Amino acid sequence: MEVPILKQGDFLIATIQAALTDADLLHLRTALLQQVVRRRSRGVIVDVTSLDVMDSFASRTLREIAQMIHLRGAEMVIVGIQPEVAFAMVQLGLKLEHVATALDLEEGLAHLKQKSESTL
Amino acid sequence: MARIETEPSSTQVAEEYSGSVEHVKPASFLLRELVAHLRDNRTQLREEWARRITEAKLLTAMTKDEIFAEATSVYDNYVEALETGTFEALQAYARNLSERIIPRGVETREVVGIVLLLRDVLARSLFAKYQADFTKLNRILDAYEPAANRIANTVAVGFVQERERIIREQQEAILELSTPVLQVRERLLILPIIGVIDPQRARQLTEQLLRGIRMNRAKVVVIDITGVAAMDATVANHLVQTVEASRLLGATVIVTGLSPEIAQTIVNIGVDLGKMNTVGDLQGGIEQAEHLLGYKVVPFAEAS
Repeated sequence: MEVPILKQGDFLIATIQAALTDADLLHLRTALLQQVVRRRSRGVIVDVTSLDVMDSFASRTLREIAQMIHLRGAEMVIVGIQPEVAFAMVQLGLKLEHVATALDLEEGLAHLKQKSESTL
Repeated sequence: MARIETEPSSTQVAEEYSGSVEHVKPASFLLRELVAHLRDNRTQLREEWARRITEAKLLTAMTKDEIFAEATSVYDNYVEALETGTFEALQAYARNLSERIIPRGVETREVVGIVLLLRDVLARSLFAKYQADFTKLNRILDAYEPAANRIANTVAVGFVQERERIIREQQEAILELSTPVLQVRERLLILPIIGVIDPQRARQLTEQLLRGIRMNRAKVVVIDITGVAAMDATVANHLVQTVEASRLLGATVIVTGLSPEIAQTIVNIGVDLGKMNTVGDLQGGIEQAEHLLGYKVVPFAEAS
């Protein structure tokens, strides 16, 4: 399933609408990186509000995407992790270390703006 | 005069009542006779029953009038269940009755007691009526006993289930009340924990906090454990998980009020303290939280 990636000023917003297969996740990784390069984006928001489950592969892939995007000088924020999902994740030890998180899209954009202003 | 009767054999009757909970074949001939007898003698059998209830000192929490009123309902529902062979109405009535009498302090043994007494009263009246015809008495009892047992069972189980449901509700209410999630500033929540945290409470606490973070759009949470005397490694881990889960929702957690004992536990279990944001006391924690949120608190004099 193709994850829609929208441009919002200097940032990209990828909204994950349903559980992704491993292949979908790898595809997303490639697509996001390409878009970051093409649009010269300074930040990426990955919105997982609609996800009701997060497995270890998804967690690892999101971490990898964050690291790759960071190498391009951009920031990534994951937004919309549901309380039940967060709870399940920490119990499984999926911590998404070194990946910024925010409550929702609004918070995510505020975070990115703040980050990009401080590095200018 | 010859009468043509099709009386089912006792095994047939027994089979009718060994079916599933929901629906059983309607009254056989004998059953109809039985039910008619119970209906015709309703007044005196009910009175006899109410008398025996009082004699056995059951339902002492209720007045005589109340006992009589409930006795009437139970009796009618009993006979109805016997007649139709269906028990849903009885189950519903049992739950309804339980809901009403449990707050009055009526106990399980009393409810089981009165249903068994009714069973006895009705059985005795059957003995009295059919004592001349032993064969017929046996057949009548074959029809009566399985149904009466089922009824006693239904009422008792209904009562116990209602009690269990109430206990569960109360437990949940107590758990929730004991860990209030309080908003003290925009985007700032405080979770004061007092008492003993067992794994169940720790879990409930975490769920409540995460919901609170989402609802209040909190960016900082101060968890104060001044009121927690001791914490074992399991609970310390739960606390760490709570901090991590909160972060996934975009909130920073500051833990305050760690006692020397708890500080020692946390170091001993090797928790990565770098991830835990801790401050000595609640005041310090709130000050740091405000700082994180970009507030500065100044006295009026300075501000003007």
